[in-house]
Amino acid sequence: MLSIRNLSSGYGDAQILHDISFEVNAGEIVCLLGRNGSGKTTCMKTIMGLIPANAGSVKVSGETVSSLPAHEVPKRGIGYIPQGRRLFAELTVAENLEIGLMVHQRGDNIRDQVLGMFPRLRERLDQRAETLSGGEQQMLATGRALCINPSVLLLDEPTEGLQPSMIEQIREAVKALRARGVAILLVEQRVDAVLSIADRVVFLENGRNHPPVTTAELEAKPELLTRFVGV
Amino acid sequence: MELVPYLILGLLEGLVTAAVLSLMALGLSLVFGVMRVVNVAHGEFFMVGAVLAWQIASLFEGHPAWGFLAALLVAPPLTACIAVAANQLVLKRIEYDPERTIVATIGLLYIIQQVTLMTYGPDARPVEAPFNQRLSIPLVEWTESGLSLYWPWGLGTTTYKLAVIMAAVMLLTGIWILMTRTRSGLLMRATQLDRETAQAFGIPVGRVYATVFGLGAALAALAGVLIVPIQQAHYLMGHDPLLLSFIVVIIGGLGSLPGTVVAALLIGISDGMISVFFSPTLAKIIATLGVAFVLIFMPQGLFGKRGL
Repeated sequence: MLSIRNLSSGYGDAQILHDISFEVNAGEIVCLLGRNGSGKTTCMKTIMGLIPANAGSVKVSGETVSSLPAHEVPKRGIGYIPQGRRLFAELTVAENLEIGLMVHQRGDNIRDQVLGMFPRLRERLDQRAETLSGGEQQMLATGRALCINPSVLLLDEPTEGLQPSMIEQIREAVKALRARGVAILLVEQRVDAVLSIADRVVFLENGRNHPPVTTAELEAKPELLTRFVGV
Repeated sequence: MELVPYLILGLLEGLVTAAVLSLMALGLSLVFGVMRVVNVAHGEFFMVGAVLAWQIASLFEGHPAWGFLAALLVAPPLTACIAVAANQLVLKRIEYDPERTIVATIGLLYIIQQVTLMTYGPDARPVEAPFNQRLSIPLVEWTESGLSLYWPWGLGTTTYKLAVIMAAVMLLTGIWILMTRTRSGLLMRATQLDRETAQAFGIPVGRVYATVFGLGAALAALAGVLIVPIQQAHYLMGHDPLLLSFIVVIIGGLGSLPGTVVAALLIGISDGMISVFFSPTLAKIIATLGVAFVLIFMPQGLFGKRGL
């Protein structure tokens, strides 16, 4: 579904990612793990086209998206939940969802589906996004990305700074999306959360990736965690 | 003559200034808000609007209303095209970098000004107003036979000036509806709030920028067309409105549309009042002083946000 081949990118002269390659299949959760500064967020942004790729390719269902202008990438079915949520703070909940819906000019059924997933948002439709609680903001960020009905979903630290009950809700939502066949790429710092939800793990170190391992393999070889994440 | 007629006269002149100023400052504020570009050439779009209005109106014979109507319909879109071309050729190439766009728009200011000078010459050009009846304004006084109206000498305005005020109110309402009630407005607001995330949700930021820059220029040009029957078109006429627009935008809060309108009313009416009672120069001095105080005590402006 999402296929990344020999991808390199960076900011100006500073190259951050070197020769990254991995795949995320439909109905699978792949987790990017690595220390701070290892290139996880840069990898997400490069997939979205927000940072131009210097070399290599990103393909979604066989179509190369890495050569498209950034605003065309989401139209190929990639939903993005950025780190820190990055909601349009002064827009209302309804307007934030509308931005997501406009990607495909889709109508009410997707909106209803999303609001069915997060009923709390329905009560807050006319409220400005900046007035929501942290958990509600994360629901909105997730809902906004789901409004484009994605086949690939990128989540950058979705549970950062949330209370446990909220984390559980987000996790259930992510699992439900996997069951629907969405290919999910997840950046997550908390190893226990990764182990319980991910199918495969890709370790990033200094902008390079190591061959993906399944969660079962990782449980058998916990020394990998010590080596790449330091826990 | 007593005080009241002077006050009314000052208020009316001030409202005309405020009307034109609010349109122009709104353009400046929109461009800064969405694109983070301080457009020093904004006054030139006002001037181009006025000069084009003269050129277009002079093509028509017969009743002056036809020429003016044509100018009103053609000059703003034409000015918007010039602005969009400048956006594509200059601002886009320097990636909307805040410092470089200031220098680039200063260059744009001189290019537009000198091209106008070379094309149309240094003369001031009049455009006839489409209608211009004089209206005397009556006041009420208490006489022995009860309340009665009287017409103080010199107290009056023209139908055209009232129409300018009405037109500005309608246009401002239109812009407000565009920004808050339409999809295009939503795209612009989302781009203003977070350019990168907007792109990640399919918003063609480049096209939004071009539209906003064109819209800003069209608003300045509209102000120019509206003012030209009152004040003649001239290649240097953009300077004062540019200064006043910056004053308005700073007092109102950068990027805040309601703030811009309130500040335009404040500056326009105080300008009218002080000009009637003292002198126009004193009005500008006080407005500039006002900006200095706003910058010291409320750097975010009346309606702006902290940490902008």
